[in-house]
Amino acid sequence: MIRAVFSALLSHWLKSPLQAVALFGGLALATALWSGVQAINAEARQSYARAAATVSEGDYAQIRGALTLSDFVTLRRAGILVSPIVEGRLNGVRIIGVDVLTSPTLTAFPTENMNEIEGPAFYGTAEALALVQLAPEIGKVVVEGAAPNTVYADITLVADLLDRGTEIDRLIVLKDQPVGAASPEELGYKVTPAQAGTDLAKLTDSFHLNLTAFGLLSFAVGIFIVHSAIGLAFEQRKPMIRTLRAVGVPLQTLIGLMVAELVGLATVAGGIGVFLGYLVAAALLPDVAATLRGLYGASIEGTLSLSPIWWLGGVVVSIGGALIASLGVFLKLWQMPLLAAAQARNWQTNGPLRRLRRGAVILCALLGFGILFFGKGLVAGFVLLGALLIGAALLLPGVLSLVLSLGQRMASGVLSQWFWADTRQQASGLSLALSALLLAMAANVGVATMVSSFRVTFVQFLDQRLAPELYIYAETEDEAERIERFVEPLVDAVLPLVYQDTVVSGVPTEIYGAKNHSTYPDNWRLIQGSEDPWGQVARGAVLVNEQFARRTDQWTGTEIEIEGRTFVVAGVYGDYGNPIGQIVMTQAVFSEVYPDKRALRFGLRVDPDKVQNVSDALRDFGLSDDQIINQAAIKSLSKGIFEQTFVVTDALNILTLAVAGFAILMSLLTLATMRLPQLAPIWALGLTRNRLARFEILRALIFALITSAAAIPLGLILAWVLLAVVNVEAFGWKLPLYFFPLDYVKLVIEALIAAVLASLIPAMRLGKTSTSQMLKVFANER
Amino acid sequence: MFLEVSNLAKSYVTAQIRTDVLRDVSFGLEQGKSLALTGESGCGKSTLLHLIGGLDVADAGTILLDGLDVTGLNDKARAKLRRETVGVVFQQFNLIPSLTVGANLVFQARLNGRYDPDFAKLLALRLGIEGHLDKFPDQLSGGQQQRVAIARTLAAKPKLVLADEPTGNLDEGTAAEVLALMLGLVRDAGTTLLMVTHSQKIADQLDQSIKLSSGRIL
Amino acid sequence: MNARIFALLCILLPSFALAQGFAGLGTKADDFALPEKGYQFEFPKDHGPHNDFRIEWWYVTANLTAKDGTPYGIQWTLFRNALEPIAAEGWGLEQVYMGHAALTTPKAHYATERYARGGTGQAGALASELTAWIDDWTLTQNTISAAGPDFAFDLRIDVVGPLVFHGDQGYSVKSAEGQASHYYSAPFMKVDGTLHLPSGEVEVSGTAWLDREWSSQPLASDQTGWDWFSLSFDGGEKLMGFVLRGETDYTQATWINADGSTEPLGNGAFQATPLEWSETSGPEVPTRWAVMLPQKGIDIVVEALNPDAWLPLSIPYWEGPVSVSGSKSGRGYLEMTGY
Repeated sequence: MIRAVFSALLSHWLKSPLQAVALFGGLALATALWSGVQAINAEARQSYARAAATVSEGDYAQIRGALTLSDFVTLRRAGILVSPIVEGRLNGVRIIGVDVLTSPTLTAFPTENMNEIEGPAFYGTAEALALVQLAPEIGKVVVEGAAPNTVYADITLVADLLDRGTEIDRLIVLKDQPVGAASPEELGYKVTPAQAGTDLAKLTDSFHLNLTAFGLLSFAVGIFIVHSAIGLAFEQRKPMIRTLRAVGVPLQTLIGLMVAELVGLATVAGGIGVFLGYLVAAALLPDVAATLRGLYGASIEGTLSLSPIWWLGGVVVSIGGALIASLGVFLKLWQMPLLAAAQARNWQTNGPLRRLRRGAVILCALLGFGILFFGKGLVAGFVLLGALLIGAALLLPGVLSLVLSLGQRMASGVLSQWFWADTRQQASGLSLALSALLLAMAANVGVATMVSSFRVTFVQFLDQRLAPELYIYAETEDEAERIERFVEPLVDAVLPLVYQDTVVSGVPTEIYGAKNHSTYPDNWRLIQGSEDPWGQVARGAVLVNEQFARRTDQWTGTEIEIEGRTFVVAGVYGDYGNPIGQIVMTQAVFSEVYPDKRALRFGLRVDPDKVQNVSDALRDFGLSDDQIINQAAIKSLSKGIFEQTFVVTDALNILTLAVAGFAILMSLLTLATMRLPQLAPIWALGLTRNRLARFEILRALIFALITSAAAIPLGLILAWVLLAVVNVEAFGWKLPLYFFPLDYVKLVIEALIAAVLASLIPAMRLGKTSTSQMLKVFANER
Repeated sequence: MFLEVSNLAKSYVTAQIRTDVLRDVSFGLEQGKSLALTGESGCGKSTLLHLIGGLDVADAGTILLDGLDVTGLNDKARAKLRRETVGVVFQQFNLIPSLTVGANLVFQARLNGRYDPDFAKLLALRLGIEGHLDKFPDQLSGGQQQRVAIARTLAAKPKLVLADEPTGNLDEGTAAEVLALMLGLVRDAGTTLLMVTHSQKIADQLDQSIKLSSGRIL
Repeated sequence: MNARIFALLCILLPSFALAQGFAGLGTKADDFALPEKGYQFEFPKDHGPHNDFRIEWWYVTANLTAKDGTPYGIQWTLFRNALEPIAAEGWGLEQVYMGHAALTTPKAHYATERYARGGTGQAGALASELTAWIDDWTLTQNTISAAGPDFAFDLRIDVVGPLVFHGDQGYSVKSAEGQASHYYSAPFMKVDGTLHLPSGEVEVSGTAWLDREWSSQPLASDQTGWDWFSLSFDGGEKLMGFVLRGETDYTQATWINADGSTEPLGNGAFQATPLEWSETSGPEVPTRWAVMLPQKGIDIVVEALNPDAWLPLSIPYWEGPVSVSGSKSGRGYLEMTGY
C-alpha cells in the first residue's frame, strides 16, 4: 500500500513541474545563501585565527624596554612564562622574530606547507618575501593571505638577519602561568597590560555578525518561498488526499509519507544548495578577503574547502527549514475533515494566525524596547535587530491592509474601487512573500547606510587625521634631530608626533604631544567640546578620544589624572578604528610629563605642489623610502579598501533581492490558481484578459511600492541600531548616521523591477487563459 | 429580428479528439421575448449562450445581435459587448468576492454608465437583498448570491439577459422563487431573455423554447 | 602546547618526527657520537649533558604516599635533543630542551611541558654536580620541583644508595642489531615534600628513581615503542625491565639487589604480557600486566594506580605509578610509548 500511495503522491510533482521547481529552488536557494555566507564566515574566521595570533599580540600583557636574552631567561627561571620578540624592518618589510619554542602566538604559521621544507624558514606573502631579498639557502614558505608586508621567522634567523645579537624588543607574558609563579613586577619589570578590546577577532566579529545576519535573512526569505510552494502543493493535492483517504489510506500513513517525501526532497535540495553556496562563496571570497584584509589588516586565504560537516550542516538546515515551513500545512491536514472542499479561500489567513501574529508583534516590541533601555553587549544588539526585523515583518500585513483600504476609500471609479479591494484581498496571500521583500530591502538599506556612513566618516576622519602632506620616520633620536633641523626651512611646518603608551584611569592609552599649530584646530573635528577647546588645550587642558571617554565615562569638563598630574578634558574627538584610548596635550605639557620622550615621527605641512621636491630632498639627505610616507598614497589606499566592501555588500544585496523576487513569483503562481474565480466574474462583466493582466502587474508594483515605503524607514532604524548600538558594543565608538537617498531610490527601483519581473509570468499566463478555462469557473462541473 | 443566429458551429479539441459542440445552429428571437434553451447535459446549450454573449468565439456562422455581428468582434469589442449590451447570470460564482454585495450590485451599471441608484435600490428591495448590501458574497447563501447576480445584471439595463442555469445550484423551493422574481423583473423591464435550462418545467414558463441535442436544434 | 607546535618541532627538530619511530629514536646518527662498549663513566661530569649525542634525558619518577595513605606519583623529565652535535651560546637551535612534568593521583592526572634552547641558559644541566633545569623546574641532589598551570610539586631528596649501571656496565643494548645507549640509574632515593593540587596542598613522602640515558640512535628502525618497568619490591630489591616492540620483541632487564649490586638479564629473560587494556585520554593501552622473570622467581601482576595516566603533550605517551602483587609486592613506575 505504501508504495502505491507514495507513487500517487509523487505523481503530483510530475504533473506540476513548476511547483517542484519552486519547492526545490526555494530550498536550494535558501540553503545556498545560508551556507554561502557561512562558508565565507568560517573561512574568514579560520584564516585569521592565524593572523589574529600574531596581529593581536595586544591580547597579551607585554614587557617592553631595553631587554636582552638574559632578561628573558631571568623571568623564565623565576617561573614566569614569557616569550621574546625581535622586530625590525628590512627593505620596508616588517620582520618579526618569535621564539618557536615558547611563543603562544604560533598559530600564525600554517602547518600544511611546513612539511615541504627542511629546517627553519621565513614565512610571509610572496611579495614580502621577495622584497626582503633573503639568502637563497634559507627556506621560504609563501603564505597566501598572510599579513601584508610582514615576514615571520624563528628568533634565531631574525636576530641574525637584523644583527641584533641577544637584544629583545619585547616579551609577551603568557596567559596561563604556572601555580605559584612570581609576577614580573616582583623582579622589577614593568608590565603593559593586555589591551582589552584590541582582539582582532572581536573587531571582525562585527563584520561576521553582519554576514551571519545576512545569511539568516536570506534563509528566512528562502523559507517563505518553500512555505508558498508547500501551501500550493497541499491545495492542489487536496482532491488526491481526499480520494486516497476515501479508499482507506489512514491519515497517519498519508502524513508520514508526505513528511518522508518532504525530507527526501529537502535532503537533495539542501545538497544542491550547499554546492551553490560554495559557488557563491567562492565567487565572493576574493572580495571578502580583500575587504577584511583592508579593513582590519586581517588576512584570509582565497580558497575554500568543502568539509563534510558543511554538507551535513546545509542539509540539516534545509530539512529543518522545510519542516518548519510545512508545519502549518501538516497541522491543517491533520485537522481536515475527510470531505473538505478543495480550494478553501485565504488558507493563509485565519483568525488564530492573526491573533498569534498580533501577540508576536507585541512580544517583539517589548523585547526591543527592553533591550534598548536595559540591554548590554553585542548579542543584545543583535537580538534587538532580530526583534525589530521580525516585528516589522509581522506588522507588514496590517500596514498593507491599512494603506490599501485607504486607497479603496480614496478611489472613486468603479474599476479603481474594485482594484483596491481586490488588491487588499490579495495582500493576505502575498504577505509572506512581501514580508520577505521587506526584510531583504530593509537589510539592504540598513547595511548600505551603515557601510556608506562608515565610509563617509572614515574618509572625513582620514582627511582630519592625515592632514600633513608628508610623514617621516627617524630610526634614532639623533637622526630625528638632524632631520628636523634639515627639513624645517623646506616646509611650512614640522609637527612632531611624540607619544607615550601608558594606562590612564585603567584604560591603555596613548598620550600624544601636539605642537601648537593651526593644523589641529583646522582639521580635527570634535564630537563634544567646551568653548574654544584648542585654546584650552594651549592653556594646559587635554582632549580625549571617544573610546577613552566611553570606557572611563569621562567626558568634557571632567578631570583626569595622568602620571600623577590632573588635567581637564576640554573635548572629545572621534577616533575611528583605534582600539585603545588616546589623549592629546600640547607638546610643551607633554615634555614636562615625559621629559625623556623625543619624537621619532614627524608630520610635514608642505604646499602640495612641493611634496615631490621635499621628499626628493629628504631622500638625498639620506632617508630611505620607508622613512617617508606620502599622505595622498595612504588615503587612496584606504579609500580603495572601501570599494571592496561595496562589491561584497552589493553582491549580497542583489542576491537577497533576487531571492525575495523569487518568493513573490512563487506566491503569485500559487495564488494564480485561486485567482481565476476572483477574476472570471470581472472578465464576464466586460474586461479583457489583457486588461486584467495589466492590473495584475500594477498590483505587484503597488505591493512593492508600499513594501518599499515601509522598508526604508525600517532599514534606517536598522542602520541606527547597527551604528549606534551594535557598533558601540563591537568597536567602542558610535558612528554618525548619514543618509543616502539616491541609494534608496536605486533600491526601490530594483525592488519594483523585481516585483514586475515576478508578476510578469503569472500576468502573461492570465492574459493567455483560454475562454473555456474562464467559463469553467461558472460551470457546474467544477 | 433582435437576435438572429445562423449556421453557427463550434468545436473543441481536447486530447487530440475533436468534439463538435454546435453544428449548424440557426434560430431567431424577437425583442422583449424570452427563449429557453433546453437539452441534455453536454448538448452545447451553454456554449451557444457563451457565443451569443461574446464570452467565446464561434468557428463558423453568424450571430446578429441588435444589428451587430457578434462573431466578427475582437477581444476588446467583445468585452464592450459584455459590458454594455448583454448581462450574464451564471449558475455560480457570479460575484466579485473582494467587493461588498452593494458594490457588486451596482458594478456592471457603473461600468457601463447606466447606474441609477433608485433603480438599484428598487431591485435590491424586490429581490429581498436590501439587508445584505454591506456583506461580502461569501457571507451569503447560494440563493442570496444568485439574487444579487440577477439584480446586478438587471441594474446594468442590458438589452439581452443571458442566464445559464441561474437556479441550477439551488434547492427546488428557492429555485422557483428566484426564477419567478427574475422572470417578473425581465418582463417588467421589457428585456429580452435567453435562458439555458435542463428543466422542461422552467422552459414552459418562457415565451419560446428550443431543444438542442448533440449540437443541433431538434 | 598544541598540535601545531608539534608540527613545527617536526620541522625545526627533525629528530622529533614520529614517522621515524617513537621520538625519532630510530633515526640515523649522522655526525653524532655513538655509545661505546666499555665507556668509563666519570662523575660528576656524566651527570651533565653530552652535547655530541643526539638525545639524552634526566628522568625522575617517584612513588609517594600522603599521611592518609593515598598513593601519588610524580614525574620530572628533562629531554635534550640536539640538532647539531655542538653547544653554542645565544638563540641558536643546536640544543633543544623539552621538559615534562606530571602528577598522578588515583583519580586525576596532570601533565605539562616546557621548551627551551640550550644556548640561552633557559634550560640545561651542570657537569659539576647533579643539577638540571628548565625554566623554574629544577632537579638537584637535594631537591626536585616543577609547576604547571594546575599543579606543582616541591620535594626534598635524600640519596640512600649507590648508582646502578644497566646492561654491560652502563652500555645498554636496545636491539639485536646492536643499537645501544649509555644508561645508569639512581634508584635509591628517599623523598618528602609538598604536592600542590587544585584541591589544596598535600604533604607526601616516598621513594624516587632517577634514570640517565643518552644515545644517538638507541632504537632499531623497526622498533616502534617500548614498555618500560621500574619496580621496587618490599624486600628492598628492584627490577628495571623493558620490552622494545618491533618485528620481534627485544627485552632487557636489570635485577638490583637491596645492597645495590646488579645482575643484567639478556634478551628473553624478562617477560611482560598485557592482561587488561584501558581507555585513556589517548589510545587504549594495557594497564594490567603479567610480569615474569623466571630466573629470579618473579611472577607478578603490575597494575596502574590510575589507568588514564596519558600525557597529552606534543609527544604523547603513557607514564604512571603502578602497584605490584603476586610472588612479590611493591610499587614502581610504568612507561608505555608508541601506542
